[in-house]
Amino acid sequence: MNPIIRNIELEQVKKNVIPFKPGDTVKVHVKIVEGDKSRIQAFQGVVISRQSGGIRECFTVRKISNGIGVERVFPLHSPTLETIEVVTRGHVRRAKLYYLRKLRGKAARIREKKYVPVA
Amino acid sequence: MKKGLIGKKLGMTQIFAEDGRRIPVTVVQAGPCVVIQKKTVERDGYNALQLGFGEKSAHKSTKALLGHCKGAGQGVFAELKEFRLDDINQYNIGDVISADIFAPGDDVDVTGTSIGKGFQGVIKRWNFKGGRASHGSCFHRAPGSIGASAYPSRVFKGKKMPGQLGNKRVTQQNLQVVRVDSEQNLLLIKGALPGCTNGIVLIKNSIKLG
Repeated sequence: MNPIIRNIELEQVKKNVIPFKPGDTVKVHVKIVEGDKSRIQAFQGVVISRQSGGIRECFTVRKISNGIGVERVFPLHSPTLETIEVVTRGHVRRAKLYYLRKLRGKAARIREKKYVPVA
Repeated sequence: MKKGLIGKKLGMTQIFAEDGRRIPVTVVQAGPCVVIQKKTVERDGYNALQLGFGEKSAHKSTKALLGHCKGAGQGVFAELKEFRLDDINQYNIGDVISADIFAPGDDVDVTGTSIGKGFQGVIKRWNFKGGRASHGSCFHRAPGSIGASAYPSRVFKGKKMPGQLGNKRVTQQNLQVVRVDSEQNLLLIKGALPGCTNGIVLIKNSIKLG
């Protein structure tokens, strides 16, 4: 990549992103602007994929809302994304958890990690 | 006011708007351009500035080019391009024009040489549909009929046929300048620009949107 373009991207990359992985349950706080007011809305669910790519890095969060699966893709470095909270660390054996889409109820649970190394 | 710059396309990236939208931008090294020659109505029949951009080593240049660039006193340039302006009195030979003549929000037209694709058939060149691939079809990617027999008994001018695709001068109109970095002479222009990375592009203010 051209060093000038890399610098433009690095300027926008967030420095202190909390480490999280697919399988983790996270609470994402998103800024929502309605007219001239802005408020913070939380979206809690399981991270089912994380796609790296510098400034283009995105992650997908899936939750079951009123019995219907809802997925949202968040750009990690977006200015509207306020904070990410890790609720639980999950024990999974894949990087992309798309198989969760076919599962319901008890089958869609993810085992919690017993030992979490201090990052 | 009319204005123009020579630039080098560096590549594409994205930047975030305040509301979180992602804006695709092309980064252009636009300038510093040096005024090499002023063309006037009295002498040349029209007003224009000739700008130079890009380094070129002196020992690889012809003496004609060295002599032409000598007046500006800023070395030799790889690219010399003319921009027709109405008012050229505010510029002198040897002046440096940088990217900050444009401001964020300006509309620009960008001219470049499109990526060459060589000799291509009608499907790639003109988006013809082609025939089916299987089921005994004998008609795959051919152009089909190019006209009727008895009348007009000739092929109309401008009929879309196979031929050279790309490597042609292309102007993309009404692009928006998103950000200007006057220190590094960078322009971030929304959307894609014609040509390959490291290709030379000409940036002018938009003729349609002013």
